[in-house]
Amino acid sequence: MSDTTTSTDDTAVSYYRRSVAGTDEGDQQLRPRSELTAKELMREVGAVLRMSEAEAAKLGDLPDDPDEDQTMIINMGPQHPSTHGVLRLMLELQGETVLRCKPIIGYLHTGMEKTGEQLTYAQGGTNVTRMDYLSPIANELAFAMATEKLLGIDGDIPERAVWIRMLMAEMSRMASHLLFMATNGMDLGAVSMMIYGWREREEVLRFFQEVTGLRMNHNYVRPGGVAADLPAGWRDGVLRILDLLPERLDEYDTLMTGQPIWRERLQGVGVITPGEALALGATGPILRSTGVEWDLRRDQPYMHYDQLEFDVIVGSYGDAFDRYAIRLNEIRESMRIVRQILDRMPSGDYRIQDKKVTPPPRARIDESMEALIHHFKIFTEGFKVPEGEAYASVEGPRGELGCYIVSDGSANPYRMHMREPSFVNIQCLPHMMRGGLVADAVAVISSVDPVLGGVDR
Amino acid sequence: MSGAGTTRDPVRHVPRAEYLTTVKELADEGYAMCIDLTAVDYLELPNRRLPDDAEPAQRFEVVVNLLDLRNRRRLRLRVQVPEDDPTLPTLFDVHPGTEAMEREVFDMFGIEFTDHPDLTRILMPEDWVGHPLRKDDEVGRIPVQFKGAHA
Repeated sequence: MSDTTTSTDDTAVSYYRRSVAGTDEGDQQLRPRSELTAKELMREVGAVLRMSEAEAAKLGDLPDDPDEDQTMIINMGPQHPSTHGVLRLMLELQGETVLRCKPIIGYLHTGMEKTGEQLTYAQGGTNVTRMDYLSPIANELAFAMATEKLLGIDGDIPERAVWIRMLMAEMSRMASHLLFMATNGMDLGAVSMMIYGWREREEVLRFFQEVTGLRMNHNYVRPGGVAADLPAGWRDGVLRILDLLPERLDEYDTLMTGQPIWRERLQGVGVITPGEALALGATGPILRSTGVEWDLRRDQPYMHYDQLEFDVIVGSYGDAFDRYAIRLNEIRESMRIVRQILDRMPSGDYRIQDKKVTPPPRARIDESMEALIHHFKIFTEGFKVPEGEAYASVEGPRGELGCYIVSDGSANPYRMHMREPSFVNIQCLPHMMRGGLVADAVAVISSVDPVLGGVDR
Repeated sequence: MSGAGTTRDPVRHVPRAEYLTTVKELADEGYAMCIDLTAVDYLELPNRRLPDDAEPAQRFEVVVNLLDLRNRRRLRLRVQVPEDDPTLPTLFDVHPGTEAMEREVFDMFGIEFTDHPDLTRILMPEDWVGHPLRKDDEVGRIPVQFKGAHA
């Protein structure tokens, strides 16, 4: 970027100078051990727990005070098949043992929060859905719920829209966890599992395509409801998946859960305690793997989750195997939820009949000039949202997915921030990896299940 | 009654001087988890309404979302941070999970967190100039990298 100053005018140059003075922030590297004091070692370990200097010094002698020539700092990534995108890990190794680890992110950063400020609330869904691209519905849901909170219509969403949203959110969770099954299997060498997981996820995506028109990046959940009603025959589509999956999940059990090699690779690997998980802000399957029962669907219910019966799956050891087992069983719980939704899906509107946020029905546009203008205005100018700020969160497949919006009264958010669970969860990596083997590093990354689109936004 | 159910989170405005002690006290009261930490640049809204007991509005505002798992409640803290001295104490000692979030706020807004263990850029390249989520850092101001390439 150094040559950018040459092509800009004087004001810009002085702006750059000021900024440069203000951003002397050093590099992000993992520095050699000889250059570090105990305090700085703690700083490099990054988001680990509070440690005294003495404790940090002790970290240095793991497993037994290595000389510099015995250790090696290597880069894993940013392009590495098991980093699920472009995650770079700097690892300090002694032989096969990982002494330190530092995740370096930002390779997929495209400034989506800034983009969100340029798009209207009606367009915002297309932006957020691309963040954590494996749970698009959850992203849209958080965004729509925050917008509705600001509009003050969060209590008026039609019943059918709410149940459709829940149906789609649970199907999305299934798709995301199925893909985790695939990648987790692939990372650990169960390559056929990759094909199976991908195959089952595709079934869910096919259903999404029928409903939303797209396999991913749906922009289906919108402020005020959903984009379109469920298509004819949707029930058969859901039932087909519900009939198909149990048998396939049992196959996963045969292939992986009970298999000795699988257990050897995962049990006791990447252990994290409840205290550590809470301190690091980890949510979702990582937090639950430590035995903390926390699921927003049950503990701070939104939509109609309080009317449904489902179990919150928790682990007890906080290791990679627990996280695998939790996700596998969460697919089963989601199926249980979807069955209940099928029974209870009400009829009615799929979006709020509030002229302020909802465009007129397509048929009206052909016969009414006012409807045409109304439609045009909503899609060109968007709708205005009262001044204020709101935070809404949902339980995404990877943990708490929240959206914080500040409105200045215009049709664009003044500030739109997504609390991405992957971004926060990735801080657990240095902690889980310390003292483990390089081969386990892959299992650990896989078990955290980060989506780099969500991490970097 | 549909749609929501998400309770409206209570908000507390905290003076900058009491920020760290307030978070510590709240952690002892049960707000054991810092779910989110972010910032807003209110450059274009200098006269926004704040409650009477809050400190006068400043350019930046740091927003912290705390979660109390035992009592299932949330609390949002809002702290005013002036433009001429954009610093705030780090929450790393109370909630180590804010490490990455504070780095993100530093990267995007240029707010410095004193005593943060590793205050470097996190999303932008290390040699990036400026803080992209500031309102005066305009979209499209950065020249396109490949503009000299043949069509």
